[in-house]
Amino acid sequence: MAQEMRSPIESGCPDAFQYMHPVMRKNYGQWAYHEDPQPGVLLHVSKYGDKIWTVRAGTQRILDVFTLRKLCDIGDQYGEGYIHFTIRSNIEYQVADESKVQPLIKALTDAGFVVGGTRNSVAMLSHTQGWLHCDIPGTDASGVVKSMMDEMIDEFKNWNMPNRVHMTTSCCQINCGGQGDIAINVQHTKPPKINHNLVSNVCERPSVVARCPVAAIRPALVNGKPSLEVDEKKCICCGACFPPCPPMQINDAEHSKLAIWVGGNHSNARGKPTFQKLVASGIPNNPPRWPEATAVVKKILKTYKEDAKDWERINDWIERIGWPRFFEKTGLPFTKYHIDNWRGARASLNASTHIRF
Amino acid sequence: MAKNTYPTPMLDNLESGPWPSFITGIKRLRDEHPDERINSVTNGLLGQLEHSYETRKGYWKGGTVSVYGYGGGIIPRFSEVASAFPESKEFHTLRVQPPAGNFYTTDMLRQLGDSWEKHGSGLVTFHGQTGNIMFIGATTEATQHFFDEINEYGWDLGGAGPCVRTAMSCVGGARCEMSNCNEHAIHRWMVNNFTDDVHRPALPYKFKFKVSGCPNDCQNAIERSDFAIIGTWRDDMKVNQEAFKKYLETKGRQYIIDNVITRCPTQAISLDDNDNFIVDNHNCVRCMHCLNVLPKALHPGDDKGVTILIGGKRTLKIGDLMGTVVVPFKKLETEEDYESLQEMAEDIIDFWAENGLEHERCGEMIERIGLVNFLEGIGIDVDPNMVNNPRQSSYIRMDGWDEEAEKWFERKREEKLAASA
Repeated sequence: MAQEMRSPIESGCPDAFQYMHPVMRKNYGQWAYHEDPQPGVLLHVSKYGDKIWTVRAGTQRILDVFTLRKLCDIGDQYGEGYIHFTIRSNIEYQVADESKVQPLIKALTDAGFVVGGTRNSVAMLSHTQGWLHCDIPGTDASGVVKSMMDEMIDEFKNWNMPNRVHMTTSCCQINCGGQGDIAINVQHTKPPKINHNLVSNVCERPSVVARCPVAAIRPALVNGKPSLEVDEKKCICCGACFPPCPPMQINDAEHSKLAIWVGGNHSNARGKPTFQKLVASGIPNNPPRWPEATAVVKKILKTYKEDAKDWERINDWIERIGWPRFFEKTGLPFTKYHIDNWRGARASLNASTHIRF
Repeated sequence: MAKNTYPTPMLDNLESGPWPSFITGIKRLRDEHPDERINSVTNGLLGQLEHSYETRKGYWKGGTVSVYGYGGGIIPRFSEVASAFPESKEFHTLRVQPPAGNFYTTDMLRQLGDSWEKHGSGLVTFHGQTGNIMFIGATTEATQHFFDEINEYGWDLGGAGPCVRTAMSCVGGARCEMSNCNEHAIHRWMVNNFTDDVHRPALPYKFKFKVSGCPNDCQNAIERSDFAIIGTWRDDMKVNQEAFKKYLETKGRQYIIDNVITRCPTQAISLDDNDNFIVDNHNCVRCMHCLNVLPKALHPGDDKGVTILIGGKRTLKIGDLMGTVVVPFKKLETEEDYESLQEMAEDIIDFWAENGLEHERCGEMIERIGLVNFLEGIGIDVDPNMVNNPRQSSYIRMDGWDEEAEKWFERKREEKLAASA
């Protein structure tokens, strides 16, 4: 290369203290308590009596520079120039002056952002990249989230739920979206369709064989070419072979469905953290609005809201009422697919006479 | 403005409704941005996305792209339908490490936005699921220029591929009364001591550090990281009886009984006849529930530290795993404390790099070889806090029992000696 390349400065993760609101810097580790003056607003009070207000708003997450600048303008004009992003991609403005809170809320609302997402609300869905940018997606992510948040805007803006509801969505079964009180995830239902002409050129065959969780893939000679074949009786249609071997196409316009899982909870509060459990599947992957998936989610949320006690997350609620009643109350079918057969599955079976009548 | 835009009837549908629309934002770049390059690339992107919506398929494929001197940090994306939508045929994402805890000034966000507009598509996300700022949409050539520019004013790429990944930490001591450690100092100390492993992927698979300041675990560290650092305390929780009585007056006795007292997972709290909040601290498991409900009355104690759990991960390949307690409590105050935590992480990553199979997460390796072999490999003693219950199966050879029991008693003698010293 003729031109000399610049060596990177391996500075790693930047120091956050330089970007923190001065009141947060001053009171670092010295906070005494917080209050929730209204949905989307937090007030933190330090041991020294200093106060800081936070206004939280939902955005489209995929931000264009115009929107980014609009958010900065609001921060400069109505806030104090300091911004924090939550793990669920909400934007938060911190201000030390209470009189700025209402004008800040108004400016955000006028600009089309949605103030809320605190305490016992339905929080912003955490999501992945989907068709916009992922190499293996079964569905879109931003579009699903936009469609669902349009329908759950009141639940985001208000404190209507027994406890907070964290929702996630993932475009394949690797589930980058993570655990959620309610998770909407792609579920493939047919084995991959293999383009045997491409496999030997594109795929490192031994590592594809090793990737399969159920050892259903083996090397084979197809039409005189080295390729891979799938034992379709063993195949669980998980799609794990697709990322290392794109000619093993798992995504299917018709047969890649959506499944809904509930009861994932990362917190240690009350019980230990829990994984989400399957409740519904076979839901069509139906862009641009995915109405069938939203309908199931709304049904679950409605039942939870009516039946759960204060502070019960979805997993706490179901643990109290039992799974048979969950299916009864939501009207969702219980099928053979709900009974786990993966490793450790016996621990999920009822080995007692604890049965609710 | 792009002269001929691809029709987007399905995407147009996502412009209505009260939630902010990402489609409206991308269209603004296509139609209103002064730079024709950005008009063109976002036009191609919308065309391809519309095609995905119509056919229900994705059309991006990976490849190999990095910046000079690094092996990772970029998610390469080449279009499989470039002949139909040539404008966005190269559309890579740069993963950039955010400041610990995701704090920004508007000035810094503007500066990043200006640089990105110069080189990329103008689309950015704060943040991806691994915790990076995602600058979405650059050509292979532009990734280098953009990186060079922001690297000069303090920003570095995150991890992508089989490497130490960008870390995450909660809002922590900056604005939370539950904080038990300096989340942001820990975050930077850990990940910045593995910078080489972040930038040059050479591990069996990904390895993630996440820091949550209390057991509410707002960073989802136990389930989503290989190395979870969770703030906790080991002395008594602090009870402000006056503030508690105010809650009792305003919320009512039944609310306090039903939502606080009876929700304690170890029945470690009670309400006495004089309306005092009584805690059996020895049996409190620091679940956080009562602190969450009564934040003015109840607080973590003073003897703060962290719990370390190893091996959390999501489905691929053997199913979901939560992290396992490997260090029940560790003080993190002095530089030596931080150094010893870093050494432990080095031992774990070295052992896993030696013993992990290709594409096997640390937790999966532990599942395969057993926790005891892992602990022996990294030189950590067994502890009953590591298990829910002791073994149930008698099918185990135990002819080393006497020596193992003696090790336990010896450790207890040493702990006693250290405590009295």
